[in-house]
Amino acid sequence: MSRTILPVDALVVGAGPAGLAAATALKAGGAGRVVVVEREDEAGGTPRLCEHSGFGLRDLRRLLSGPAYARRWVERAVAGGVDIRTRSMVTGWAGPGRAEVTGPDGLLAVHARAVVLATGARERPRAARLVPGSRPAGIFTTGQLQQWVHRQHLPLHGRALIVGAEHVSYSAVLTLRQAGVHPVALVTNLAGTQTFRAFDLATRVGLRVPVWTGTSVIGLTGRERVDGVLVRGPDGTARAVAVDTVIFTGDFIPDNELARLASLSVDQGTLGPACTADGGTTAPGVFAAGNLVHPAETADVAARRGDHVGQAAASWMRRGGDRTSPRPTVRLRVADPLLWVVPNLMEPGPAGIGPLLVRTKAFLEHPRLEVTQAGRILGSHRLRRMIPNRSHTVPSDWSGLVQPGEDVHLSVS
Amino acid sequence: MTASGRFDVAVIGAGVVGTAIARQLARYRLRTALLERANDVGTGTSKANTAIVHTGFDTQPGSLESSLVRRGHELLSSYARTAGIALEETGAVLVAWDVAQAARLDEIVAKARANGYEHATRMDLEELSRREPYLADGATGAVAIPDEAIICPWSTSIAFASEAVGAGVELRLGVDVTDVGHEGDSWVLQTSKGPVRADWVVNAAGLHSDLLDRRFGHDGFTIAPRRGQLIVFDKLARTLVSSIVLPVPTERTKGVLVAPTVYGNVLLGPTAEDIDDRYDTATTADGLDGLLDAGRRLLPALVHEEVTATYAGVRAATEHRDYQITIHEEDRYACVGGIRSTGLTASLAIAEYVVEQMGAAGLTLVEADQEPQIPHMPELGERAIRAFESDRWIGADPAYRHIVCFCERVTEGEVRDALSSVVPATDVGGVGRRTRATNGRCQGFFCGADIAARLAARLAAVRR
Repeated sequence: MSRTILPVDALVVGAGPAGLAAATALKAGGAGRVVVVEREDEAGGTPRLCEHSGFGLRDLRRLLSGPAYARRWVERAVAGGVDIRTRSMVTGWAGPGRAEVTGPDGLLAVHARAVVLATGARERPRAARLVPGSRPAGIFTTGQLQQWVHRQHLPLHGRALIVGAEHVSYSAVLTLRQAGVHPVALVTNLAGTQTFRAFDLATRVGLRVPVWTGTSVIGLTGRERVDGVLVRGPDGTARAVAVDTVIFTGDFIPDNELARLASLSVDQGTLGPACTADGGTTAPGVFAAGNLVHPAETADVAARRGDHVGQAAASWMRRGGDRTSPRPTVRLRVADPLLWVVPNLMEPGPAGIGPLLVRTKAFLEHPRLEVTQAGRILGSHRLRRMIPNRSHTVPSDWSGLVQPGEDVHLSVS
Repeated sequence: MTASGRFDVAVIGAGVVGTAIARQLARYRLRTALLERANDVGTGTSKANTAIVHTGFDTQPGSLESSLVRRGHELLSSYARTAGIALEETGAVLVAWDVAQAARLDEIVAKARANGYEHATRMDLEELSRREPYLADGATGAVAIPDEAIICPWSTSIAFASEAVGAGVELRLGVDVTDVGHEGDSWVLQTSKGPVRADWVVNAAGLHSDLLDRRFGHDGFTIAPRRGQLIVFDKLARTLVSSIVLPVPTERTKGVLVAPTVYGNVLLGPTAEDIDDRYDTATTADGLDGLLDAGRRLLPALVHEEVTATYAGVRAATEHRDYQITIHEEDRYACVGGIRSTGLTASLAIAEYVVEQMGAAGLTLVEADQEPQIPHMPELGERAIRAFESDRWIGADPAYRHIVCFCERVTEGEVRDALSSVVPATDVGGVGRRTRATNGRCQGFFCGADIAARLAARLAAVRR
């Protein structure tokens, strides 16, 4: 099949906050022709669908609604000279830096000197969580719910149960209320909510939506439409909750297909491509940014990190974009109950790697974090209380001590 | 044709068997009705199975099933090629995991021969590990069955129904047969949408076929519903397995297999559970856990991949070991029941056999002036050049440039086509079975609302 060749300097895949920030930084860094390929109808990413406030504090220094925040980043990128192509999807690779794209201009072969993957993350749907039961209609993820309500204006009614109690679960509460649906409760198998105290109070006290902690979803019932959820509470007893809608929220997994098709090494914690602090992957000239790398941070964190990766990619291009340069070799790995660390790939040397983001599976009260390599303790820090589904920033003042070769291990006690 | 209608033949049940029979009847000068309780064809057992085209190597030698599966394999393989139904000739390896199982392999090869299948041969373990390098260690022996294949089960029923409808068969969906009576020489089927009169009736009601059989005054068999749960793994697992990996079957079940799907996923299952409620297609925690255990033992890397979907189908097993096909000549009633897990493979042969028998029993079979046109189905196979990557499609219509289902790379044009085809989709599941949309790893995170909106718009337009 014939493809029109589109030569570019940098290709960014995904026009969410991270991709737009990376593209803007690439352009500002002199990268030349920078094209962002976005498969959705509009650029802006997930915040477009979050019709509530809470965006932009850490990157744009103002409080915005999701859609306004998304527009701001699109305007910035366009003003900076970035070429954004929507309804265009990278469907595969024909070689390093060679993307196959289907879009309004037909079949393209984009040839890029540098690639930044910013494909984001999605919520694990019900099937991937192996929730047994029937397969009726009325089962959503937050992403699908938001599109249902805010984009397609499709009807919802009755009672809904929200599975999860992390930030995005509270976003689902707001969307449901906007759709006129009463959330019965948020259900989490963890010991407590994982969001900010203010959101938790506003939901429990303000909106009178309880959070059922220590509670797992063990089944769904209903033939055509869901009619009930089976939950098991902290005392071990199972009970049925009558609902018309179930929203599976959070439990993010990176959309890593293009990373894996590009044969990038995948980090076993994040399931995104293994990445350095600069977004460098195991393939020269391929960078990764945003929630593909750290599933999932708030939009402003993704944008700030995207900006940093864009600058690093521009700098790599200015240095000649050597695809044969030696690759970072040392892996950063975590031990249970830690879930992941970002960055999880580094090149030993004097350059700092900046603060790390670390996640935990369980609530941890002021744990001590220990960093070791080949049995040698590199650093040790007392951390604040760790909450699952939230990242914790850990200093990397020990990074200069890392030697080539062996993995670096992070553990808590 | 009025809602009541008068037909030469009424086929009850539009699963893969009922649609195949309707298609076969369409070759003759007959007024045929195809009645289906659901709002789409192929929604029962026909949509929830292992999607394998069987050689029949392990059927009961001498049985009707044995001969119809063998003939059906040939007919379906050829039909799929013409109709563009995704079919991959992956072949199968049957693997023994202990000494006792290994001791049975020669007997399996001999049984295949007795079934008229000559290509089953013992495979040495080196060859096995060359062919399936990700398989767990510890295999004790293997048999190659090179002609087992995988197919798109959804397109199959839809293609049969489309061909039948194109040739004049009247497909009535959402029609529940509530009672059966006589009026002169005709059957009168009381349905939820008025009476249907027909000289001949074919019972292809699948899981419901025994209950319907009783309404016709017979009592030949009872469906003993057996549920099979399955897990579909992410496409990124597809490199882990190249052929269908079968276990050594037991008296009771063919056991848990691992197979690629034509959509590029990997299938693990099925379980085999005797259940009371024949419509209970729920998965269970025990069932899924058991499958994951089996997966870990067979193909350890598989269970590290994401799960895309889980589902369960109920097979129409009976107390008998063979299909329950009876032509009641004096009643002008054909019962096509007890079509077990091989029904997809055998469907065209069953149809051929049943219609021939009906002819022998007095149904006048005069060839129609025009031979039915085999429809060309949308390319759903991962091996095919699909619309989003095809010059031909994209050049013809820009709607094929717009990918709306990202995981499965389904375009706006394909969704539109599914909503306006000869047998159009009437719900989101129907769109999925015709295009793959919403069936991918995100399960509608990105496209679920979009597809629902397109469907709603189409249904509103049709109502107007």
